Amino acid sequence: MDAIRIEHVSKTVPSGWPGQPPVTILSDLSFSVGKGEIYGFLGPNGAGKTTTLKILMGLMQASSGHVEVLGAPVQDVRIHGKVGFLPESPYFYDYLTGEEFLRFYGRLAGLGRADLERRVPELLKRMRLEEAKGRHLRRFSKGMLQRVGLAQAIIHDPELVVLDEPMSGLDPIGRKEVRDLILQLRDQGKTVFFSTHIIADVEMVCDRVGILHKGRLLATGAIEDLVGDGEAQTVEIVSEGKGLDRLAPVKAYATRVLNRGNRCLIVLPGPDHLDDVITAIRQHKGNLVSVTPHKGSLEDVFIRQTSRAM
Amino acid sequence: MQAIGVIARNSFREYLRDKILYNLLFFAALLIGGSVLLGTLTIAEHEKIVTDMGLAAINFIGVIISIFLGVGLVSKEIERRTIYTILAKPITRVEFLLGKYLGLASIIAVNVMIMFTMFIATLWMSGSSVHGALGEAVALILIEALLVTAIAMFFSTFSSSILSATITIGMYVIGHLTSDLKGIAEKSQNQVTEAVMTGLYYLCPNLELLNVKGQAASGEFVGSMYLITASAYGFLYAGLLLTGACIIFQRRDF
Repeated sequence: MDAIRIEHVSKTVPSGWPGQPPVTILSDLSFSVGKGEIYGFLGPNGAGKTTTLKILMGLMQASSGHVEVLGAPVQDVRIHGKVGFLPESPYFYDYLTGEEFLRFYGRLAGLGRADLERRVPELLKRMRLEEAKGRHLRRFSKGMLQRVGLAQAIIHDPELVVLDEPMSGLDPIGRKEVRDLILQLRDQGKTVFFSTHIIADVEMVCDRVGILHKGRLLATGAIEDLVGDGEAQTVEIVSEGKGLDRLAPVKAYATRVLNRGNRCLIVLPGPDHLDDVITAIRQHKGNLVSVTPHKGSLEDVFIRQTSRAM
Repeated sequence: MQAIGVIARNSFREYLRDKILYNLLFFAALLIGGSVLLGTLTIAEHEKIVTDMGLAAINFIGVIISIFLGVGLVSKEIERRTIYTILAKPITRVEFLLGKYLGLASIIAVNVMIMFTMFIATLWMSGSSVHGALGEAVALILIEALLVTAIAMFFSTFSSSILSATITIGMYVIGHLTSDLKGIAEKSQNQVTEAVMTGLYYLCPNLELLNVKGQAASGEFVGSMYLITASAYGFLYAGLLLTGACIIFQRRDF
């Protein structure tokens, strides 16, 4: 059983102007997230990521298609007892203290008194909010709000955690803390599904990714599979010697040549003619400093896929 | 049911920590206390003026709380997006709405009780008579406030706070003029005017049924049968509005 199954989901909304056709936000979206996976939902702003997450959490109804969360239809709110959710730039009841806030969400999630007594202090400690437990949320910093928001999402120890842009607006330390939490959740066997428009976030923690653009899923799969599909590999050669840029194989095959004093950087579009270039450098009495093959990055895949869809 | 209680308790706590409520209570104390001063300026009917003004103050503040906190019950949660994390927990939208309504209803009840206590204390200190008819009037003031809260909440499930407040105030005013509407409809020669007035007469609640302040000020009891009938009318109307609010809220996208 998948943790998330989305089949042929579309979402259209009225344009707001009479006579104008409805606006399509999601178009025939299909993908699944396996149990125990960290799945990154990548897409530029306005791609439809938040809409997808809202449909998953039952905050919005799909115009067509089928959505299942942990084997149950998304309309069944009882399944929320096993799901945690943190929306983008969340706003919480700022008249509550950190501790009251977690107790409130714990009770809503159906936790009993004994569970609350155990979970609330545990999470305050884990999120480094022990000292702020008696402080009202209106006095929390953005990073603290994000941490307390994450704490409410996992207070009931859910099987699936859904996060909308969890690292957005955080400083480098805050981003690392969120990444660490996601990895901890995976170590505990949880499934994490999160949206982001920052590629580095996905590359660091995700098992699989989906690339969404203008409401369509352009690609989905393991990062290695998406990156290593034979495209966009380059090789960088750094060597020392005069006149290397004028060598025949360099002129014929290099896509880029940069001279810095005695050093020369030669960029080849792939490994095919690497031997020819190295042999020419040696014959010219050049000194080979380094040869670095560069595999395509997720950014390359993302830019390629989204530009194709333009 | 547990979820309704959790939402209601939190909603109660939210308003309890809201300074505006204390400002309104202070204003109510001024109005009730001021009635004694006003009463001393009159030659006769000193007691009736104190009673009239005290009951009017309780009614006025109760309705103000109902309208202005009622329209924000749901719309504020949507505008601030706090509803996202609430509905992501195992709670239905109906439980959420009922919890919010009960939380505000409890706050209104507590406020009306506090104002009633201030009013009785003022009467007692000014040497005016205290009788059960005052309790009857205040009980119906409370039911009217709960009904007005349901109107405000109903409109706030599908319109903005400002529009909801405007419509609720309009319905409140018309609700106290329903017998006039019927009279206008009967006397009107214009078919459109007749249809509009008749429509408003049947659509708007008859809030005059819940207004026995005049009788109470004169020391007249309306009786338990009237109290039960008027209360049932108020609760039924509020129940219908809450049902409508739940149906609309179930279909909403956030």
